This record gives sequence, structure tokens and C-alpha cells, in this order.
Amino acid sequence: MTTTIETPTGAAQTMVLNMGPQHPSTHGVLRVILELNGEIVVKAEPVIGYLHTGIEKSCEAKTYSQAITLTDRIDYLAPLSNNLGYCLAVEKLLGIEVPKRAQYNRVLLTELTRIASHLVWLGTHAIDLGAMSVFLYTFREREEIMKIFEYVSGQRMMTSYFRIGGLALEPPPGFLDKVRRVMDALPGHVDEYEDLLTNNRIWLGRTQGVGIISADDAIAMGCSGPMLRGSGVAYDVRKAFPYSSYDDFNFEVQTQTAGDCFARYQVRVAEIRESIKIVRQAMERVAKADGPIRTEAPGIIPPSREEMKTSIEGLIYHFKIYTEGFAPPPGEVYQVIESPRGELGFFVASDGSAKPYRVKVRAPSFVNLQSLPRLAVGRLIADVVACIGTTDIVLGEVDR
Amino acid sequence: MESQEADKNPVVQRLRAWDGEAVSEVIGFRGETTVVIPRERLQRAAGYLATEPFLYFSFLSDITTVDKFPLEPRFEVNYHLLSIARSDRLRLKVRLAGNDPVLPSVTSVWPTANWHERENYDLFGIRFEGHPDLKRILMPDDWEGHPLRKDYPVEGPR
Repeated sequence: MTTTIETPTGAAQTMVLNMGPQHPSTHGVLRVILELNGEIVVKAEPVIGYLHTGIEKSCEAKTYSQAITLTDRIDYLAPLSNNLGYCLAVEKLLGIEVPKRAQYNRVLLTELTRIASHLVWLGTHAIDLGAMSVFLYTFREREEIMKIFEYVSGQRMMTSYFRIGGLALEPPPGFLDKVRRVMDALPGHVDEYEDLLTNNRIWLGRTQGVGIISADDAIAMGCSGPMLRGSGVAYDVRKAFPYSSYDDFNFEVQTQTAGDCFARYQVRVAEIRESIKIVRQAMERVAKADGPIRTEAPGIIPPSREEMKTSIEGLIYHFKIYTEGFAPPPGEVYQVIESPRGELGFFVASDGSAKPYRVKVRAPSFVNLQSLPRLAVGRLIADVVACIGTTDIVLGEVDR
Repeated sequence: MESQEADKNPVVQRLRAWDGEAVSEVIGFRGETTVVIPRERLQRAAGYLATEPFLYFSFLSDITTVDKFPLEPRFEVNYHLLSIARSDRLRLKVRLAGNDPVLPSVTSVWPTANWHERENYDLFGIRFEGHPDLKRILMPDDWEGHPLRKDYPVEGPR
């Protein structure tokens, strides 16, 4: 490796160490060039791009509907959040509103996604810091949520279940019962994780006071999600810019003021509990709501199968939408949602054709990762692992 | 129609009162306000928007480019600003000619702009003057070309 870094403390005292791109605790293919004085980090430089697949470029070559499948692959731990962000952006571009029943189903499923994503985070973060058993527990519960996704959409991960204008399919019978069963068991399981970790002396020693970022620094560095809320800024897109009827739900924005790894851990665990509350409310609303799962917009939203088979207009629209796509008016929109990792933004520009002219994903992990040097400098190498862990990066989203 | 309403946005009026030449056009679309700003005014306007107590756009969400090739001015660089205190958003847009894609860096105003500007340099070839470390971020260092430009093919030989 021939990378050279200027050394403020003199070349004789420091050594350069490459952490990654293949390292189990970097959660994918992140490479961090560490400059070390003994075991103390003097400088840390994240190097990214190893997983760059040109998703934004590919979107420009697909129709608006086809591009949904690419959004699953951006943040593969929260595919439904990505589906939602993209669909909302295109719906904003079209100026259409989604029926309430579809909106509540969307809230229900994205909150399940948040729980599943936080469970993966908790398990992998704990394993990074040496607590093996938590990983086995969290993945057990995550699998139950994955089964719900499979039951609803046919896929565990790459769901593409949200479509422009609503949902892909009617939720299958018994869906809510399955969700209820998982939600009834989950609070007890979260207590189990907290029993293992929250008062554990080793856990506290590894996370308290480690990787501190102040509220002002977090804002200056563009941090969002639990990174920002762990530093005491109560900014949550679900409250600040409600989308998909989030203003119909009661929930609290979870914050901590310490700004260290432990604070971010507390925020995420509290968010799992809040999400359970939101899912329960969403179940009630879904059970009560009736009406279609897709909005009606001839020529934009595909007609139902029944209509396609029985009416000539339906057949024509079906054929046109699936061959040519639809063309939104020219313009640009920026739609933001709260993904498990923070502010996920979709900037979609239309030139009036059936393919998006430009799709830009404002990936929260990409921006959050930028503050890693601020978290890690002055700490031990082992703390770098804790800092990467609580930043909660998904490299698919960082590199896109 | 919607643009006329966006013109009445208090943020736009403040900006105009501060410097009449900082606002060259206001676009309103789907409830979002876009202020088109001349390149020379960008850095000062950024500083003003980020610190002025009434506006307080202290959070830079994103920087992204749209390539209008073969139209001129070819590039449109969009800055998505967020005011957490006021729950408000604003988009700044700077138009750049294809033969001169240079912008002043806003890293001194919003440190988070560092990686965003590197990304726009990498994928669109926009150069940011005053950036502390302008180099590729997603593509390999020895890559040729800027993949998100419209004259760069999606597949096949370049």
C-alpha cells in the first residue's frame, strides 16, 4: 500500500494502518486509513466507493416504475423505506395523493423495517464489541419480521412492495394477525437485550464517552437520524415534515444529550419501542380503513386486474403503462423521509418523458460517515470499531 | 402561477432585501421554493442564509447536479438547505456553462459540503474552488470521465 498521509506528529512516531476494505467490523467494504501513534488514532480517513454500482445512472435508463426495484438495493437493510421515499417523490412530481388505507399500510411496513434494521444494527454492533449472544437473539426476532415481509410481498428483502400511487398487492388475509403476534412478543425481547447490555459494565466501558459529537458539530456535519438525536437535537422528519399520514400517529422523538456511542445505542433501543407503538396504532387504522390500496389516475396508475380484463380503456391503459410508462410534468422535487439511518432524500428531476431525467439519493449513511474522523481521532483503535458501529452505515447506501 | 406565490415566500423576500442581485429567478413547484442564484453571489448568500437568525438554514442536506446536455447553460447545481429550528426547506440553484463548470466551495459555511462537493466533482466534473481536498470519492482515483454526465453512456464503450 503506497498511500501517504502527512503526519502532524512526525513520520517516525506514527504508522499508517489500513482497516478494511475487507474487515468484519467495517460492515461491508469500508476502508479506513488510520494513522496511529501507538494505539491512539491521530488521523482517520474513510475511503469509500468499493460498492459503487451506479444506481443513480441506471435509474435514468429505466421508467419511473422500473426504478423502484433499484431503490431496494440502495439500503438493503431497509428496502421498504427506500421504496417509500422514491414513490413519495414521484407522487409529489405527479401531484397525486395516495388513499389512506395504503398510507397506513405503508407506515406499518416502514416501521417494521425500522425495527428490523435497528435489530441488525444492535446485533452486529454488539458482536463488534464482543457480546456474541445479542446477535443471535436479534436475528431471531428480525427473521420473524422478514417472514412478514415475505408473506406480504413474496420477498424477504428486495420487496418493491410500494408502487407509485399505492401498494403492489392487496395485503393477504391474516397479515395483521401475524404482525400482532410478532409485536406482542417483541417488547419482552427488547427487555432481554437491555438486560444483556444496558447495565453491563463491559458494554458501558466500551461505549460511554466514546465517539462524542456535539449538537453543533452534528448539524455542521449534516448528521441525521439517531446520530443527531443522540446529540440532543430533536429533529425527526416524521414530526418536522410529516409524510404518509404520520401526523395521525402518536409517538415521541427519542433523544439523548451525551452524544456518545452509548447515547446512540439508547436512542435506537428507544426507537424500537416507539416503532412498536406506531405499528400497533397502524394496525388499528389499517383494520378500520377501507377503500382502495391504489389511487385512481388513468394513464398513470395501472388499473386493477378486474378492470383490465373487462373494460377496453383498462386494457389500453394497462398496455400503455407497462410498455411506455407514464410521463410526469417537467419539474424537480426533493422528498425526504426518516429512514432508520436518518434523513433519506430523493431528488427526482423530470423532463416530461417517461424516464426520470435525474434521480439523486441523499443517503443518510453517506453523510453520517463523513463525521467518523471527528468521532475516532484521539481514541484507541478498538474505539474506531465502536464509532463505525454506532454510525450505522450500510455500504450499499454510502456508495450507491 | 406557482412561481409567483413562491416569490412572496418570506425567505425569498429577505434574501432580496439583503441583496437584490442575489436572486435572479424564483421557481415554485409542488410547494417547493427554488432560488436561482448567480455564481458570484453563492458563497456570500450561503453565509447569510446559514447564520441570519430569522432564516437559520444551518443544515445543508444535499448538493446535487443536473446535466442538461446538450442545452446551455449545461449544469444546474442544486443546494438543498434545511432549517431545523423553523422546519423549512429551500433549494438554491446555480447554473453553469458546460465549458466552465467551476463553483466556489461552501465548505467554510457548511463543513458537510466536503463530501457532497467531492461527489459532484467525481460524477459531474464540477470543480469547487477553495475545497480543502477535491478528489474523486466514489470512482477509482485513476478513472477517466464523469459517469453521471449525459454524454457518458449507461453501458457499452465510452
